[in-house]
Amino acid sequence: MNSIASTENQALSRTVLELDVNNHAGVMSHVVGLFSRRAYNVEGILVMPVGSGVTSRIWLLVNEDERLDQMVKQIEKLEDVLAVRRHGAEHEVFVRLEEFFR
Amino acid sequence: MPKAAVYFEEIPLSQQTPETLTGAQIVVRLLERQGIRTLTGIPGGAILPIYDALSKSALLHHVLARHEQGGGFMAQGMARATGLPAVCMASSGPGATNLLTAIADAKLDSIPLVAITGQVPKPMIGTDAFQEVDTYGLSIPITKHNFLVGSADELLSIIPRAFCIAASGRPGPVLIDIPKDVQNQLVEVDEWPEPGRADRVPAPAAELIEAAAAMINAAARPILYLGGGVVHSGASGAAVALAEKARLPTVMTLMALGAMPVDHPLSLGMLGMHGARCTNLALDECDLLIAVGARFDDRATGKVAGFCPQAKIIHIDIDPSELDKIKTAHIGIAGDVGAALAMLLPAIETPARASWLARVTTLKAEHPLRMPGIDDPRTPYGLIRAVADCLDDQATITTDVGQHQMWVAQAYPLRRSRQWLTSGGLGTMGFGMPAAIGAALAEPQRTVVCFTGDGSILMNIQELVTAAEEDVNVKIVLMNNASLGLVFQQQTLFYGERIYASRFKGMPDFVRVAEGFGVPAIDLDRESDPPAALARALSSSGPMLIHASIAMHEQVLPMVPPGAANKEMIGG
Ligand SMILES: Cc1ncc(C[n+]2csc(CCOP(=O)(O)OP(=O)(O)O)c2C)c(N)n1
Ligand SMILES: [Mg+2]
Repeated sequence: MNSIASTENQALSRTVLELDVNNHAGVMSHVVGLFSRRAYNVEGILVMPVGSGVTSRIWLLVNEDERLDQMVKQIEKLEDVLAVRRHGAEHEVFVRLEEFFR
Repeated sequence: MPKAAVYFEEIPLSQQTPETLTGAQIVVRLLERQGIRTLTGIPGGAILPIYDALSKSALLHHVLARHEQGGGFMAQGMARATGLPAVCMASSGPGATNLLTAIADAKLDSIPLVAITGQVPKPMIGTDAFQEVDTYGLSIPITKHNFLVGSADELLSIIPRAFCIAASGRPGPVLIDIPKDVQNQLVEVDEWPEPGRADRVPAPAAELIEAAAAMINAAARPILYLGGGVVHSGASGAAVALAEKARLPTVMTLMALGAMPVDHPLSLGMLGMHGARCTNLALDECDLLIAVGARFDDRATGKVAGFCPQAKIIHIDIDPSELDKIKTAHIGIAGDVGAALAMLLPAIETPARASWLARVTTLKAEHPLRMPGIDDPRTPYGLIRAVADCLDDQATITTDVGQHQMWVAQAYPLRRSRQWLTSGGLGTMGFGMPAAIGAALAEPQRTVVCFTGDGSILMNIQELVTAAEEDVNVKIVLMNNASLGLVFQQQTLFYGERIYASRFKGMPDFVRVAEGFGVPAIDLDRESDPPAALARALSSSGPMLIHASIAMHEQVLPMVPPGAANKEMIGG
């Protein structure tokens, strides 16, 4: 990413998406494919199994953009996505992770 | 089709459980239980266990395609004609990649398809084994959902689930990739799952329906805009009833043609890039657009900012992600369009609407669809009309992609839902003939006519032998303009007449080609009485190719230049 683009990115407001998904090998591809085919960059991704591991939780950090509502609807249509929740940029999950990226 | 005598141990038809079966046998049994009777495909190493199990089925008729894409489009033809999920099969690697175009086509037109592919054995996945491709990865963006099966017992849930997903909500293609060792794996089956059926869709919100009814009742210049969802939902009767009760002039997308008979007094025919002037002009004036099972595709809307610029929008669709995707709706209603229309109808008043209906009548009189040559069967419109004159509404019409497709969309008197099978969203040349074979396999009582072009037919010409082998009642009308006509037209209109790579230098002798494949053929160019020759050809049984030359310079008009607003039509 060049420096102009990265400064622009900082200026954009961010959204955190929280997805409950079935935990199997193809799920991540389905989710990120929806973004990549629209050239919609995913700034951050975090995935961990939940409880017994039958389901996982995916956290996505994305820039807000007029396509975001459509992205959420498309994610909701995926068979292996059980629920989608939207949070503001203030959500802690990526903030706490930042210490690993110093 | 009579089945060859079975010499090997027969699978007992009385299905006593528990039984020990291979994954392949489970696949076959589940397809039988699903009600599938005809499927298409081409075998290969990685799917041979399933083919071996198929060979012992007394219920399943396998139609051997000559290219997997042809097999995929035949299955689409079955699904489009009936509305029910249809099945196609391919082996791993090239078999699967050959199928991809037909799957993508089904995705864009929301066609319920279940594609089953063989895969290399699980231990060899990821080793670049012979005929290994990542079918699962390749098919993610072009399927509604896909599965890579990990064990034979998973088939008991995955296969019914695949049919359920394909048929539920907005229909679409589902791919099941089955490694060869999973096909050979033995499992004990204690209980058979129920066949997969479409899930119920939540009822549309009553208060939104009420608001929509009020908006329709209050509108001065409303237009009803029907899309393919009306056909999928089986809601054409309800849509016509709404139009009649609320006195709504009605436009249809390419996918919805047939939902309202073209000669219905309220019909304005097809909108968009090749719609009649009166149709696009009426849309330009409307104050309320009621979109039902339509998705504001760019070929229908033209430049979106210039589409129905004065109109409020009611949008009803089974897929919530279609609402507000292209145009923000004033009232967006998620739900089955048939259910929504049924709820809407009692709340609709019958207004006089005299001035708007009079205005539409004037537009129709002043700017009708012009069809030069309609009485001359040696012109595009005349040929289409002459074919239609030999048939009734029971005939099914398929097309390939190009000028011929648009001429047929404009000129054929479509009057029945599912009478019209065409590749809309993907616009795939090569669709028409195999889709016609599939439609004829599914509904052998009908005459199926495929209008094709000299470019398109060559893309799946090999399926002529399948048509002959299956003796399907498919009549192929080949409109030969010695060119990739739609490309030729665009180069003529928008690229300074720089005709490049769109005029054919070599031309096959299509009559002999067809005969070589075992399909009888006539050349209309050599007939002194073309209508009589057509009548004879279309009333014969079995496959037949009808070759007709048309002039290269003929254009589909009017035409909205790509990227322009719909009211900026050229010609017509
Ligand atoms: C598989 C595929 N390749 C390319 C195109 C682009 N294309 C659209 S129409 C057309 C010409 C079709 O020629 P023909 O079948 O002879 O029909 P005509 O327009 O001449 O009636 C082409 C090349 C397409 N739609 N599909
Ligand atoms: Mg042509």
